[in-house]
Amino acid sequence: MSLSGQAAVTGIGETDYRRDAGGRSVLRLQLEASLAAIADAGLAPREIDGIVLPMGTGGTVAEDFVTNLGIPDLRLSTTTPLGGAGAVAAVQCAVAAVAAGLCRHVLLPLGRTGRTGSRIGARIHQMPQFRTVGEFEAPAGALAPAQYYAPMARRHMELYGTTSRQLAEIAVTTRRHAILNGNASMTRPMSIEDHQASRLIADPLRLLDCSLESDGAAAVVVSAADIARDMPRPRVLVTGVAEGHPDSPSAITQRPDMTRLGLAKAAPRAFAMAGVTPADIQVAEIYDCFTYIVLCQIEDLGFCAKGEGGAFVEGGALGLGGRLPVNTHGGLLSQSHMAGMNHVIELVRQLRGEAGAAQVEGARLGLVTGYGDLGDGTVAIMARG
Amino acid sequence: MTEMPRKPVPEPGPETKPYWDGLAEGRLLLQRCAGCGRIRHYPRPLCDACHSFEADWVPASGEARVHGWTVAHHPYHPAFRAELPYTLVTADLPEGVRLVAQLRDAGPEALRLGAVLRIGIEDNGEGQALPVLRLAGG
Repeated sequence: MSLSGQAAVTGIGETDYRRDAGGRSVLRLQLEASLAAIADAGLAPREIDGIVLPMGTGGTVAEDFVTNLGIPDLRLSTTTPLGGAGAVAAVQCAVAAVAAGLCRHVLLPLGRTGRTGSRIGARIHQMPQFRTVGEFEAPAGALAPAQYYAPMARRHMELYGTTSRQLAEIAVTTRRHAILNGNASMTRPMSIEDHQASRLIADPLRLLDCSLESDGAAAVVVSAADIARDMPRPRVLVTGVAEGHPDSPSAITQRPDMTRLGLAKAAPRAFAMAGVTPADIQVAEIYDCFTYIVLCQIEDLGFCAKGEGGAFVEGGALGLGGRLPVNTHGGLLSQSHMAGMNHVIELVRQLRGEAGAAQVEGARLGLVTGYGDLGDGTVAIMARG
Repeated sequence: MTEMPRKPVPEPGPETKPYWDGLAEGRLLLQRCAGCGRIRHYPRPLCDACHSFEADWVPASGEARVHGWTVAHHPYHPAFRAELPYTLVTADLPEGVRLVAQLRDAGPEALRLGAVLRIGIEDNGEGQALPVLRLAGG
């Protein structure tokens, strides 16, 4: 049985990303987003019968949602601890659950106080996924995701001639999209020169190559496709979905090819499941914890060959009207770091035709990716229908 | 008086302790599968090729080549602030595994993929022995 077309994203909900949480707890934020998503789906909270928590951030558990939402008969509770790949992994998990008949409506809540609470950069060494690098690389001074990922970018530059100005193209385009979005943290225009003048964090990555640390929450509801036909919003079907883990998943250092992510394994499976090719994709929401990670995923998705990502992103190619509009909401770089759940939501908005000033005209087919921890990759292909 | 935060230290487990003990004695040891002879790094319980739990430890040749690098500019940890900027090199060892260590006696502008390095061992200033890398002939 293929999962293609078995489930739809039927509800989306977000908090305000423009300011900090003002003392609201992570659970409170996640409940706000969940209620918004459930209402968007035209459901009552009691109709939720599955919960997939995409990542451990904030420490909330399914029991919190049962208790606060008043869910009488939860039939599935699970987590997808793949860091930033977790949101799309949760979509895969939810699609499988409804396709198997375990659940009808699965809630996927994600939220954090990354700005006012525990800093994202400081939290990672408590995570078991980072245990190996914590023992063998942190003592040398490799302490944060930027420092673990930067050597991948450096090697890409040395092998293929990729430049910092090409990475800047990604940051600048993403900022331009955030400015079009009414719910983005960063709304000041950015130029290539602004990017080039921003301070080095982990060379070759500069400050404006790095994503935000944000407060907020985002949630979606995934429902069985046949039920979704009678729900209020335009139906957005998940037609392809896959998860991929890189070689040497606990240490990028030991990876045979440091420029190849887990997504390179997942993408061909997702495209085959959906029966489409990269050339068919009209809009792509690509996980952007760092600019380089976007460039690498564009290659691993098959939009261009390995090494050609730098040339691919030049000249505004990722902007509205470009060859592949990417991160039309402003992404983690400029909207909010909701670990990719905001990317899932933006893809649904685009395919519903509800993306406002950032609407890709006539978008009916798009994809969303996740990138997590030390290279886990996920991708979902969705279609209006 | 506020105490200066200390640098992160390894918390070795049974499978990794010989590696750290070796560094403390001035030797970079690599874990070798006693079943199939494959060198593996970072140290771990099981050989993923032959699934033997048995392993011994062999000294590294001391040579390496540049595979990638980054220069740390941001103080993610206060104990490293005084050392900024420092260069972290990912290096290929002829044994088939890689090492991450700080570069000594040269800046990143001297680095090229494949450049030959020599492995040294140094105290990190707080009593922890760590490998470091120098360009060969530099």
